[in-house]
Amino acid sequence: MEAVFFILFGAVAVGASIMVVTRRHPLSSALYLLMALFSVAALFVLRQAHFLAAIQLILYAGAVIVLFIFVIMLINVPEERLPSERMTAMRVLGVAAAGILILESALLARRFAMPQPPVAEVGTVEAVGIALFTDYLLAFEITSVLLLAAVIGAISLAKKKI
Amino acid sequence: MAIGIKKVARPRKMSFPEALYLVEIVKGLGVTMRHILGNIVRQEGIKTIEYPEVRRVMPPRFRGRHRLMKRQNGAPRCVACFCCPTACPAKCITIVAGESPDPAVEKYPVRFDIDMLRCVFCGLCVEACPVDAIRMDTGWFTPPDDTREKLIFTIETLLEK
Amino acid sequence: MTAVLFLVVVALARIAIVFSFCFGLVVVFTWAERKGAAYIQDRRGPNRADILGFRAWGMFHPLADALKFLFKEDFIPDNAQRLFYQLAPMFAVAPVLMSIAVVPFGPDVTIFGRRVALQIADLNVGILYIFAVTGMTVYGVVLAGWGSGSKYPLLGGLRSSAQMLSYEVSMGLSLVGIFMVFESLRLSRIVAGQGELLFGFLPKWGVVVQPLGFILFITAQYAEANRTPFDLPEGESELVAGYHSEYASFKFSMFMMGEYLHMVIGAVVVATLFFGGWQVPFLADTGFVLPGGASVPLPEILVIALRTGSIFLKSLFFTWLYVWVRWTIPRFRYDQVMRLGWKVLLPLSLVNIFATGLVLLLLGK
Repeated sequence: MEAVFFILFGAVAVGASIMVVTRRHPLSSALYLLMALFSVAALFVLRQAHFLAAIQLILYAGAVIVLFIFVIMLINVPEERLPSERMTAMRVLGVAAAGILILESALLARRFAMPQPPVAEVGTVEAVGIALFTDYLLAFEITSVLLLAAVIGAISLAKKKI
Repeated sequence: MAIGIKKVARPRKMSFPEALYLVEIVKGLGVTMRHILGNIVRQEGIKTIEYPEVRRVMPPRFRGRHRLMKRQNGAPRCVACFCCPTACPAKCITIVAGESPDPAVEKYPVRFDIDMLRCVFCGLCVEACPVDAIRMDTGWFTPPDDTREKLIFTIETLLEK
Repeated sequence: MTAVLFLVVVALARIAIVFSFCFGLVVVFTWAERKGAAYIQDRRGPNRADILGFRAWGMFHPLADALKFLFKEDFIPDNAQRLFYQLAPMFAVAPVLMSIAVVPFGPDVTIFGRRVALQIADLNVGILYIFAVTGMTVYGVVLAGWGSGSKYPLLGGLRSSAQMLSYEVSMGLSLVGIFMVFESLRLSRIVAGQGELLFGFLPKWGVVVQPLGFILFITAQYAEANRTPFDLPEGESELVAGYHSEYASFKFSMFMMGEYLHMVIGAVVVATLFFGGWQVPFLADTGFVLPGGASVPLPEILVIALRTGSIFLKSLFFTWLYVWVRWTIPRFRYDQVMRLGWKVLLPLSLVNIFATGLVLLLLGK
């Protein structure tokens, strides 16, 4: 049952990701990105990481992609002014490199068995919270300082006079 | 009247509870709740007139749909003098005159059409009529209808009312 | 085998009950909106639609509306981006429907010797799930605004998505106090926690322990649902009908339905988080236990009926509150909305978190 859902959402995630880079219109790309994020959130749920899935949806799907779409809407490039796609040598090489990477990772993945779903509830809000505020406290604090610096930077860039 | 400067009072500064907005919202909710409860308890407090069933009494000088008056023998009082189409600013009255069978009367209208789609209900036709043959005292609005043709009222319709 | 069958039947039954409850409330809601507006403004409101001469105070008008929407032409403007234009109404309805899954509608009941929770899914992340899913409704607005290929929907879409994003932040933060007090995100735990008594006589409802949180949450909720006084996306005088100007027929009615469902679910969530959910004050599993020590024993079935009835009544009240507020308060100006969101609600919700933490620390929890 779980394998079925894993294959389903995994396939959707991979397919949507390919669509993200191949679509011509930026808004279509953004929507496929949303689809990919959704499927990844579903994969998180399958691994019992409910908290991570919820946060993924709230932050990425609910906020970040909306901002992307916002920018696309504000710039609002008409369809005919979008740059046309060309086959360049770099692109052909890029596709070839991507194929090799996928093959390599598939070969690597064959060495590992699919991990069993965790028995203990490691993905719950409580477990994540406890881990975050004990074992990984330093990393957590450093991240928050980094975010604060980013916030201050954004404000100082946006405002001419503070 | 002398033109002068009128001073409009600036909105005064709000006190803290007012600026907080919450108390004022609750007061406002109280007002609307009073209305809703009052209207449920006393239905007659509602101003709506339920139109087709209940009709508003029009003031006596209200200019509504036209009607043509009749003589005592039932013939139209109109003498086809063309005063009303001349006075009409919207050019909505069409009269075709004919010789009256009654020896006492010279002319009578064979056709008397009012295009209700063009009429502006100004009442000038009533003022212009020398024999008081047309009146606008029915108190009716023009009723709606499906086709344009049905809204050109003929003499039969106008005499009915 | 019977166990599996039982589980499937129970799951389907719960979904059916919750959905019919929500859609039923939406129908009643549209009726109450029009009739309530009329009575507040000293009018009579809808009273013409009749079935075999029964008018039932205009109760059949929602039915007539639905039929009308079904039979209208399904029109797509020439300039529209067809795919996005068609996707938008689905994004408006589906996420809202999904979000109701975690709300408990009553205590656990015993059916044929098995415990059954009156809740579709008791998720560990609880309220975060509601945020995650209702956050998707913003795509309906954005896609409708952009996909219509017309300027008023675009402006309306931009406005409302900016508004929804800004208020989502303070909505989430205003609930942190509740999580701190009840020490869980699980809605069933939060509701169970609200059954206790404070100082022996005051029910420990969310609104009692988090009054500021309640005001912040309900304000943000109104802004989220694009509801007066924050219904700028639909400022008729400026934007025609905002993001759904170009929609007609059943697609428009889906937007309508999504909007009303959003409000219904908002009402249910407020009732659950701040007004005790299915808890009735002083009602224990066996009957009423009054603070003085007196008790009135009641049969179990009556207790369950009282409790499910109580969440129903509370939700009904908060749905009515949406109507009541709409016809009382005028619309804000757009810069006022943004200022309220970022400069008032956000700092206040942070203060609320800080104060709650301080009190909990002093109480030694």
